[in-house]
Amino acid sequence: MKVVFERPRALSDVTSHYCPGCTHGIIHRLVAEVIDELGILERTIGVASVGCSVLAYNYLECDWQQAAHGRAPAVATGIKRSLPDRVVFTYQGDGDLASIGTAEIVHAANRGERLTVIYVNNAIYGMTGGQMAPTTLEGQVTATTPLGRDVSRAGHPMRMAEMLATLPGVSYLARVAVNKPANIMRAKKAIKQAFMVQIDDLGFGMVEILSTCPTNWGLHPVKALEWVDEAMVPYYPLGEFKVPGEVKEE
Amino acid sequence: MLGEKVLMKGNEAIGEAAIRAGCQLYFAYPITPQSELPQYLARRMPEEGRVFLQAESEIAAINMVYGAAGTGARVMTSSSSPGISLKQEGISYIAGAELPCVIVNIVRGGPGLGGIQPAQSDYFQATKGGGHGDYRLIVLAPASVQEMVDLTILAFDLADKYRNPVMILGDGVLGQMMEPVEFKAVEPANIPKPWATTGRKGREKNIVNSLYLDPSRLEEHNRHLQEKYKQIAENEVRYDSYRSEDAEVLVVAYGITARIARTAVEMARADGLAAGLLRPITLFPFPADAIAQAAEGAEALLTVELSAGQMVEDVRLAVNGKKPVYFYGRTGGMMPTPEEVYREILKVAGKEVAE
Repeated sequence: MKVVFERPRALSDVTSHYCPGCTHGIIHRLVAEVIDELGILERTIGVASVGCSVLAYNYLECDWQQAAHGRAPAVATGIKRSLPDRVVFTYQGDGDLASIGTAEIVHAANRGERLTVIYVNNAIYGMTGGQMAPTTLEGQVTATTPLGRDVSRAGHPMRMAEMLATLPGVSYLARVAVNKPANIMRAKKAIKQAFMVQIDDLGFGMVEILSTCPTNWGLHPVKALEWVDEAMVPYYPLGEFKVPGEVKEE
Repeated sequence: MLGEKVLMKGNEAIGEAAIRAGCQLYFAYPITPQSELPQYLARRMPEEGRVFLQAESEIAAINMVYGAAGTGARVMTSSSSPGISLKQEGISYIAGAELPCVIVNIVRGGPGLGGIQPAQSDYFQATKGGGHGDYRLIVLAPASVQEMVDLTILAFDLADKYRNPVMILGDGVLGQMMEPVEFKAVEPANIPKPWATTGRKGREKNIVNSLYLDPSRLEEHNRHLQEKYKQIAENEVRYDSYRSEDAEVLVVAYGITARIARTAVEMARADGLAAGLLRPITLFPFPADAIAQAAEGAEALLTVELSAGQMVEDVRLAVNGKKPVYFYGRTGGMMPTPEEVYREILKVAGKEVAE
């Protein structure tokens, strides 16, 4: 019998702590598949952040450092500057990257650090119990916006991909989703590109991945997948915002 | 310039010493009165094929230190008081993850934005832990430009030996003043770092981390840290003393203040008053036993600081109520003159003081 589907070598053989219906598991698997396909497991160092993915170091088989909240791009900068021939990536949520860590992500991107950033946007603070994130949509009900996000008081949802795409140091930047098979295929391709621009020494690469949080959105997992298309994609359009000529694929 | 004496500013001397000690990466953000250090290393590190990076903030700089230290490289950052406050989060994580690194604080007056003149008012922050959690830095307090060189080199070795952050606690005077220094041949301790995250080729994966969600494991980790700090306290106490053996008034002072105090002690001795000086070189571990011993024959102790009274608490703990401990301090960047300190010695000795 021929094996047609198996666990990527880079993905740990453990049970994760993620909630049912959460798409972190899919994203971890995509990163693991890309690491396998590029053959970089033994020279890759991941930087875990603070949030639901704080334990990501238990789920991928590469070396890891665990960073303080929002500081993963600075920690990754230290690693990469010390070991320029290694592959370094951060795995950050939207609270980590788009709120407390805005300075670190903006400046790492602006310096064109040879880093790959996996940015998981689920429009809410998951680990702390469903509070408003910088990415929470207008009108979205959270534990700290019980009447829905009022943008006149709580500000507007942050579009990080669009903002960072303006920086010359950025080589590859895309927004993808993992709520249906076609999107998952595109997400994997984008993740691979974001690693490739680092390996080819072209600059900073980031993929923003629209993800689900059924637990804190208060939605059935299937409904949560639908909510990504209905509510998130209209505000956070999918696509490539920056692509270096050298790696552009039609 | 090996072996010969050169005239250098304290801040620059630290930079050159770091290079001699094999510091591979330096991350910092400009702040007075330590900016000569990043300026010096901005030129020297690339000359040596090493990394200089001006970070976007103190917070980023200390986290870059975390990342680079986690790869096993020798790494340093520097700042002055308000900037060191910003670094406290990162310092706590570095201590928790047991990463070796060197952090330089060229102290200025506070609180808040304070001023840019010399102070010693960050003693509590440096020795008691400015960040969260039960942790200790090894804290070295130079009193001359030469000692800035020697202690910087020692700092890198101690950091690697104990997998612990080491702070050089200087002040604005030491950072800015020029003195002749000698760079001796350095052989940095070559301590293996099998825990470093360098890519897992040929081994199991490594994780640099300070997170322990299981309380029993976090307690175990804390016990391990405390055991390490105990070992540091047993092995690494350093201090200097001047005429303390027969001193009736024992002055305790560190850094630049110790040099002023030494002149005051000399003035007292010239007038027939038996004063002496004990100068802690390590602030953690604190030379409590040495102070207690030197205090045995003394009538009283006088702690002199550029603060409202911080190290004096450790001096009081050291003598444990057996002898009176007096304090004299100046703040805000004001420096005491030797005459001022001498007057305090006279007061402590119960002598008449002409105003």
